[in-house]
Amino acid sequence: MEQETILQEEFEIKGGDFLNGGAASCQIKNILKKIGVDANILRRVAIASYEAEMNVVMYAKKGIMRLVLTPQKIIIKVDDEGPGIPDIELAMQPGYSTATPEMREMGFGAGMGLPNIKKNADIFNINSTVNKGTYLEIMVDLNNKNE
Amino acid sequence: MKLNQLKEILQAKVLTNHLSIDIEINNIIASDLMSDVLNTKNPAELLLTGLSNNQAVRTCEIAGIKAIIFVRGKTPDEETIKLAESCKIPLLSCNLSMFETCGLLYSYGLKNPDSKYGTRNNPSGRI
Repeated sequence: MEQETILQEEFEIKGGDFLNGGAASCQIKNILKKIGVDANILRRVAIASYEAEMNVVMYAKKGIMRLVLTPQKIIIKVDDEGPGIPDIELAMQPGYSTATPEMREMGFGAGMGLPNIKKNADIFNINSTVNKGTYLEIMVDLNNKNE
Repeated sequence: MKLNQLKEILQAKVLTNHLSIDIEINNIIASDLMSDVLNTKNPAELLLTGLSNNQAVRTCEIAGIKAIIFVRGKTPDEETIKLAESCKIPLLSCNLSMFETCGLLYSYGLKNPDSKYGTRNNPSGRI
């Protein structure tokens, strides 16, 4: 049975916009902080969301990030229009990266983003179509305060 | 230890306006790679970095890091300072290398958030 949605927000992400990259995740963090989400859960959601947002900024043309809150969980959905990921298994390997020097100058592109999203999520799903885009779903269980 | 004490030890200058540096700091992460900063198990309280762009500030806001000290005399642009002020993250800059900065602060008993080795004064890490 689908759980009741308490809150739903949507944010646009522009590809290549390093200046504002991360702004949506900061907003998500502030929204969740205001409603009193546990600090450890808040940190995990914020880190996973920021890594996902920066992937859109670095690799895609544009994307939409959605925050969905239910009484049991926080879900972040990221849907981008971009080159897609040809080999997801390879992209999930720590250290694998196709980053450009510009991305590395910004402090990213070390091939740690997707593994770090997975580490911080309770459930992580990723689908990608080459030359179309990538869809990520990150779920963090509000009752799992130990990770 | 307080951030204003670290400022004196490193002879650092404060870059942000109207933000208190009377902040308790016990755990420090030092890296130019923001993915490393986002990868610690336990939250750090201070970032030491040579990466002086807005993503350093964003990374701290996301990871709950309270302040940044830029090493090697790096100073960010005005936009980044404004962003830090709006996020209430004080920015400081010192002229020491990353190695010297880490060494000095380690000698004062500060540690990495995920450290298994304790501090200089308590090398076993046991309480």
